[in-house]
Amino acid sequence: MDNDNAQLSPEALRRIDREVAKYPADQKQSAVMAALVIAQDEKGWLPKETIAAVAEYLGMAPMAAYEVASFYNMYDLHPVGKYKITVCTNLPCALSGGVHAAEYVKTKLGIDFNETTADGKFTLKEGECMGACGDAPVMLVNNKRMCSFMLPEQIDNLLAECK
Amino acid sequence: MALIDTINPLLTTGWTKGDAGWGIKDYEARGGYKQLRRVLESRMTQDDLIAEVKTSVLRGRGGAGFPTGLKWSFMPKAAPLKYVVCNTDEGEPGTFKDRDLMRFDPHAVIEGMIIAGYAVGAKAGYNYIHGEIFEVYQRFEEALDQARAAGYLGNNILGSEFSFDLFAHHGWGAYICGEETGLLESIEGKKGQPRYKPPFPANFGLYGKPTTINNTETFAAIPFILGMGGEAYLNLGKPNNGGTKLFSVSGHVNRPGNFEVPMGTPFSKLLEMAGGMRGGRKLKAVIPGGSSAPVLPADVIMDCTMDYDSIAKAGSMLGSGAVIVMDETVCMVKALERLSYFYYEESCGQCTPCREGSGWLYRVVHRIEHGEGRPEDLDLLNRVTDNMMGKTICALADAAAFPVRSFIKHFKSEFEYHIENKKCLVDPETQRMGSGFFKAGAA
Ligand SMILES: Cc1cc2nc3c(=O)[nH]c(=O)nc-3n(C[C@H](O)[C@H](O)[C@H](O)COP(=O)(O)O)c2cc1C
Ligand code: SF4
Ligand code: FES
Repeated sequence: MDNDNAQLSPEALRRIDREVAKYPADQKQSAVMAALVIAQDEKGWLPKETIAAVAEYLGMAPMAAYEVASFYNMYDLHPVGKYKITVCTNLPCALSGGVHAAEYVKTKLGIDFNETTADGKFTLKEGECMGACGDAPVMLVNNKRMCSFMLPEQIDNLLAECK
Repeated sequence: MALIDTINPLLTTGWTKGDAGWGIKDYEARGGYKQLRRVLESRMTQDDLIAEVKTSVLRGRGGAGFPTGLKWSFMPKAAPLKYVVCNTDEGEPGTFKDRDLMRFDPHAVIEGMIIAGYAVGAKAGYNYIHGEIFEVYQRFEEALDQARAAGYLGNNILGSEFSFDLFAHHGWGAYICGEETGLLESIEGKKGQPRYKPPFPANFGLYGKPTTINNTETFAAIPFILGMGGEAYLNLGKPNNGGTKLFSVSGHVNRPGNFEVPMGTPFSKLLEMAGGMRGGRKLKAVIPGGSSAPVLPADVIMDCTMDYDSIAKAGSMLGSGAVIVMDETVCMVKALERLSYFYYEESCGQCTPCREGSGWLYRVVHRIEHGEGRPEDLDLLNRVTDNMMGKTICALADAAAFPVRSFIKHFKSEFEYHIENKKCLVDPETQRMGSGFFKAGAA
């Protein structure tokens, strides 16, 4: 990606400004987590150049922003499908079908964890506890939408909904 | 999943309308923000306020059970700039109470935080919200706007001299940010790696300023404590274990979900409220306080009451109140393998005993589960945990060690059988009946 494409849209910058305003004037770096999410939403994933653009906007070293992007699991440092589906398989969910749900999605999409379908539509990830174990099986779609009680029928509906 | 059942609704009084009752009008209609108003209008002193919380014996709901009033009293009086931080980074496997509190009653958390801000003399606060519940984060931001518009946040709140503002900050997938100093680093826009303690946050917290950090449920309890008085709140529970508590019950029960019960409620009662054992099968083991708490066999937990002291006496921890129920279909080696993977995956890597030890634990449990265990492996596991516990910056290393030690201690025969016979003691047919570990279609 060249540097022009790495730049963020005025709308994204406006949203980042709103995050920056939450913190003391000399602590702009506090907004980096939210800013990287805003950038990821806009670009689909986080190329190095985009991370650098976020860092520059917040007045921090590119490496410091890169450290953040690589520390937290939900930043995508590589391209992902249009729909990233993360299934929780931690023990409380597994006791109520979390692993079944993951196996079902794998079979339906013909991919394993950390793979993307050939048409670039779906990426599948294994997740850790999402703090929703009472709703098991649970999955996240594109990091932000939580889906509860995902039995085969609900999974079929979800996948059909993803155009 | 809303509230499933309760004996003594307090924190959950606002949950009855589900997603329709979280707004500020509903909160005010059920008496919300009345305590904040009373504190400000009566010019209650900080000392009196903290004394009331001490009387209630409210103990921190985030896991360690530290007395909240005492924690607040550690804040230096004179410091000009102080913070209050709420820990909604709920990622301890099995725990899902803070998510529902934030969905159904966000203003109780806000009111509790403002009152805490007044008590410790803070000017601003942050609520750190688990990245996985982004929808809850968005709702909380809306709730903050409502509170600001109504004059509960900002300058000169309700015409008083007290000014306080509150903001939401979200995580993005790192269990370790639930540890309070990892969380502070994360708000500062860094990797969420825990800090050495001391200094404790009360002296050196967010941006190096004195900071009080409490769990979501702890803050949400504050308006109720002030409403009924510390003494009455304490008496709801049992001595040294004040009030009611939210328990998240997951696993092999008929009705998983959140339950609010008085401290000291028998475990058997909680299990009954959760609809009893799924399929009428036999209880095998319970992890009573989130995945980091030692597992207890059925006969031990059935004699416990749900409070800090009873569970501690039985050899475990009440922790976050996450009750993970396992029936007779579970292979304990397989269950432990999944938990050990979690700690290995989530270690932040700055302490060698934790970074290397969590990897060792996972690899050895994995090889036992996969029929490659060696006779000396159980000793090896215990030795590795010896080298982790109490030797690291934060308690994640201990949290990784507790499950390993307790699973081996209470279910040793299953581990030995696995090593000797290269397969589960619980036969696969039985596991298929209920444990949930088998592939779709195979069940
Ligand atoms: C690895 C680890 C994870 C933790 N996760 C959480 C958490 O998700 N939520 C929480 O409130 N406390 C968590 N804690 C405990 C916090 O460090 C802290 O003790 C707590 O937020 C204090 O609030 P309280 O006194 O109201 O309980 C965790 C601790 C450790 C060591
Ligand atoms: S104990 Fe583990 S998680 Fe905690 S600071 Fe050390 S390496 Fe990080
Ligand atoms: S274990 Fe899956 S959401 Fe908690």
